[in-house]
Amino acid sequence: MAEQTVQFKVFRYKQGERPSYQTYTVRVDPRTTVLRALEQIRQEQDGTLAFRHSCFHASCGTCGMKVNGQEVLACVTNVLELGTPVVVVEPLDNAPLITDLVVDMGDFYARYQPAGMPMIRESEFLPDSQVPEGVEHHMRLENCIECGLCLSACPVAGSDPLYLGPAALAAAWRMVEEPRGRDPATVLAWVDHEHGCWRCHAAFECSEVCPSNVDPAGAIMALRRELTRRKIGQLFGRR
Amino acid sequence: MATFHVLIIGGGATGAALAHDLALRGLQVTLVERGEVTSGTTGRHHGLLHSGARYAVKDQESARECIEENMILRRIAPESLELNDGLFVAITEEDVAYRDLFLEGCAQCGIPTRELTREEALRLEPNLSPDLKLAVQVPDGTMDAMRIPLRFLATAKHNGAVIKPFTEVVAILKQGNTVTGVRVRDHRTEKEYEIGADIVVNAAGPWSEKVAAMAGVHVPIQPSPGVLLALRGRLCNMVINRLHRSGDGDIIVPQRGLSVVGTSSWVVEDPDNLPVPEDHVQLMYEKGAEMVPMVKQAPFRAAWSAARPLVGERGATTGRELSRTFKCFDHADEGVEGFVTITGGKATTARGMAETTANVVCQKLGVDAPCRTREVVLLPHTAYYVQPD
Ligand SMILES: Cc1cc2nc3c(=O)[nH]c(=O)nc-3n(C[C@H](O)[C@H](O)[C@H](O)COP(=O)(O)OP(=O)(O)OC[C@H]3O[C@@H](n4cnc5c(N)ncnc54)[C@H](O)[C@@H]3O)c2cc1C
Ligand code: SF4
Ligand code: SF4
Ligand code: FES
Repeated sequence: MAEQTVQFKVFRYKQGERPSYQTYTVRVDPRTTVLRALEQIRQEQDGTLAFRHSCFHASCGTCGMKVNGQEVLACVTNVLELGTPVVVVEPLDNAPLITDLVVDMGDFYARYQPAGMPMIRESEFLPDSQVPEGVEHHMRLENCIECGLCLSACPVAGSDPLYLGPAALAAAWRMVEEPRGRDPATVLAWVDHEHGCWRCHAAFECSEVCPSNVDPAGAIMALRRELTRRKIGQLFGRR
Repeated sequence: MATFHVLIIGGGATGAALAHDLALRGLQVTLVERGEVTSGTTGRHHGLLHSGARYAVKDQESARECIEENMILRRIAPESLELNDGLFVAITEEDVAYRDLFLEGCAQCGIPTRELTREEALRLEPNLSPDLKLAVQVPDGTMDAMRIPLRFLATAKHNGAVIKPFTEVVAILKQGNTVTGVRVRDHRTEKEYEIGADIVVNAAGPWSEKVAAMAGVHVPIQPSPGVLLALRGRLCNMVINRLHRSGDGDIIVPQRGLSVVGTSSWVVEDPDNLPVPEDHVQLMYEKGAEMVPMVKQAPFRAAWSAARPLVGERGATTGRELSRTFKCFDHADEGVEGFVTITGGKATTARGMAETTANVVCQKLGVDAPCRTREVVLLPHTAYYVQPD
């Protein structure tokens, strides 16, 4: 396949030192992804470059970063399709920086975990397929891959450190939509406050960057509708 | 009981399960991983929770390990597995002819099977090829390649283990013929420091030969990569396997909103920076489409390579001739004390590999503590990142 060279301008930071950008020249072919280009840099040019990766196919969520200013998964971002002579690679925003392109996901998970969403969902299967004998019901992993792209793109998360954020709120909506034996009232109470679902500006930046069809902004709107519906129900109930 | 310190090199499925096992047995554990945890082979694997059926004819030791661990994982990692079973599908008369051997092998290994007619199988999986002749149902499943190891690590952390990602072993320290610890480079600072240990375990997967060489011992590992192809959309709910001798592109694992076709097999010297040969990607499309024709139309999501850590001397040609079982080496046998290597195996069998290794470690240290990992239900994967280091 035809090879080409592309410049990568990569954000660098080692603890105790000043952040900077470093430029590398990389040979790429029509299949090279940003993640593979970074691997190539680490392997052939600079063993100190640190970044997160695991699955290489948009299913683990570790390789979230900003490429040319846009939140993406590096493993499914094709270099030549970016169409820029220089590719700028930076870590995600709204998460503490550990080193280079590595951010600390502790805060993300601390906000996400309380939603209590199981990894397995019960909905959305091939509609015409029968459940095999011996299998209770079809199962499939939830959509959200916990990549943090939405949180990085969210302007409210940037200004309100207490904001639960799009991923956590989307997980909360999944628990209301499909409680799987849990009580939706608990999770609704958890999001019903000024740093919860009411804080969102509804500009859908999060849904735009989500690589896994979660539509967090849509979920937030659904949470608001559900809370409003329940509150109206309570008003009439009380009378 | 004096607390011994065990240092594990490698944060893949094997190292993660071992950290969990040893922490449960009351040992002090430190795990070092040069990148993010599961950044080696583990995170990149196919996501198949093996029933063992794939190995039931040619590699029965591995098949037995798989079915046993498959059943244990269902118990200790609930709500993390897509348990829709799998189908072995016969597309040609040659595949049909393989059925008896396959059923016999599964029976010998204790893998439950259910024979399905063409029509029954098509009702379960309507996207199967119209050329389908028959199918056999087995307890295959789908696992999240990263999140199962994260559950081991989360539980290990909870029980006191220290997990250090972005920490690369650059040297193994010895006093005479005894390994006493490691020198690591912390990639967050690029500073080096030493960590002492009573025993060092090399769980570096396809890198374990390189790591063992730092201690001056040889581990016969043949890094054997395979290509995987992820397509958008779920083409099936069950794992689809071709009913034949293991070959290329003969498994489709549905996972989340993706369908993953794999794999191929060749051998390399260096498990880093693996190429993704274009002809292998095309082979995945072709072979995958023989089972599920829609593979050819489904939108592309990703193609990548991962390297198996197969146990066997270099010189194998495709890697398929090597067993998928694992091996634990106590290097005292070669005159180096305090150093153990665990490698080979499958992600499915990581817990079993850890049990065997922890037994060796405990025996060497004179620690009498039984393995508890068959029963202890793992913490959710989210707990890995939430718990402070
Ligand atoms: C294409 C393919 C498909 C597969 N599909 C499946 C499947 O569907 N189901 C299944 O059960 N199994 C599957 N396997 C097998 C499975 O992936 C492996 O057996 C398993 O992941 C190996 O885990 P490990 O922990 O031993 O190795 P690894 O995951 O490779 O872990 C070793 C770790 O050591 C680290 N390391 C290396 N050197 C150093 C150092 N100097 N200092 C610190 N750390 C270091 C590496 O970064 C790496 O993370 C597949 C394998 C391949 C190649
Ligand atoms: S829609 Fe709401 S949650 Fe999403 S990015 Fe905008 S403010 Fe943040
Ligand atoms: S909602 Fe989407 S963008 Fe946000 S963490 Fe989940 S998968 Fe990533
Ligand atoms: S490496 Fe897993 S999402 Fe990119």
